[in-house]
Amino acid sequence: MVVYGVAALALCLLIGELIGEALGIAVGVDANVGGVGFAMILLVLVTDRLRRRGLFPESSERGVMFWSSMYIPIVVAMASTQNVAEALTGGPMAIVAGLAALVAAAALVPVLARIGPPDDPLPPREAGDDARLAGSARTKEA
Amino acid sequence: MDTIVSVLEDNDLLVAFAAVGVLMLVSGWMSRSLTRGRLHGSAIAIILGLALAGWGGATTGGEDGLADLAIFGGLGILGGSMLRDFAIVSTAYGVDLSVIRRSGATGVLSILLGVVVSFIVGAVVAAAFGYTDAESMATIGAGAATYIVGPVTGTAVGAGSDVIALSVAAGLVKSVVVMVATPMIAPLIRLNNPKAAMAFGGLMGTTSGVAGGLAATDERLVPYGAMTATFFTGVGCLLGPSVLYVTLRALVG
Repeated sequence: MVVYGVAALALCLLIGELIGEALGIAVGVDANVGGVGFAMILLVLVTDRLRRRGLFPESSERGVMFWSSMYIPIVVAMASTQNVAEALTGGPMAIVAGLAALVAAAALVPVLARIGPPDDPLPPREAGDDARLAGSARTKEA
Repeated sequence: MDTIVSVLEDNDLLVAFAAVGVLMLVSGWMSRSLTRGRLHGSAIAIILGLALAGWGGATTGGEDGLADLAIFGGLGILGGSMLRDFAIVSTAYGVDLSVIRRSGATGVLSILLGVVVSFIVGAVVAAAFGYTDAESMATIGAGAATYIVGPVTGTAVGAGSDVIALSVAAGLVKSVVVMVATPMIAPLIRLNNPKAAMAFGGLMGTTSGVAGGLAATDERLVPYGAMTATFFTGVGCLLGPSVLYVTLRALVG
């Protein structure tokens, strides 16, 4: 059933968030430390194991893939609810500080990507949703 | 008219689905007809979303962009952190863990460097604009990391509320510009593979910025960038008010 996939996804995020909160308390900061990251790793590990045992059929998979295909619309909704007005009225210092941090960090991306064996560029993507579908087909082969 | 408005307000999440669908349709059309597909539809949709957010915030004086208009309140749910994180985690489905393991050193280093570099750059800019006390420099530097680290650090070191507000604005600017500029700078910084995406996520740190920027660049990079970005704010809140502030105070007195 599709809902099994959605439920598995929800459980992974809930557990991840709990780990992130616990880690935050443990190191004494008022923030969630990597909750989403832990949830992602958990999802990959759990679904991989379930799939191997045949306990995560395509119908369950569809519950996860649906949310994955909703990612861009959700990000567009997120963009439309950002506090852009305050960012623009923060004055020149806020704008310069934000931009400078971006430029400095961007310049370091190629430097850090050079650590260890190089990674090949992804193949050109197909238009729109096809890339995602191709991604899911690749997973099934693996 | 009142009936229409009240139906829309009662079903605000459905309005949000429809509104985003229309926005994506328009963006896809603009991408094909105006840019001949050179600027991806999702990049245009994000830019349009930000423009609408700016308009919504300016008309209502609120903090949540378009969602401050009651009929678009559902955008706050659809684009809120709960569903955003839910969708981010779902993109990890089918990701090859060995890629992440192979890029582990890059990922960890990018988070640490990202926090430290943003902090230094932000503090230097603060000083250039006349905020030369350690508390203000640390707070604005932390804001240049993310708009969450700014106030956390500012409160911890006892900075003024005006400086804390500036640190939030700096973080917001960064997050908005990351969303818009990532597809444009991606070829320059060779942001076209999972490892570069992990470095990018850790260096930028703003989860919304990275989530939007990578979506507009190449969706397939999202899980890798999001994975590292998600640790950034926590690490920033840890280092900002402690090691980084103490070091800064020792330097500027």
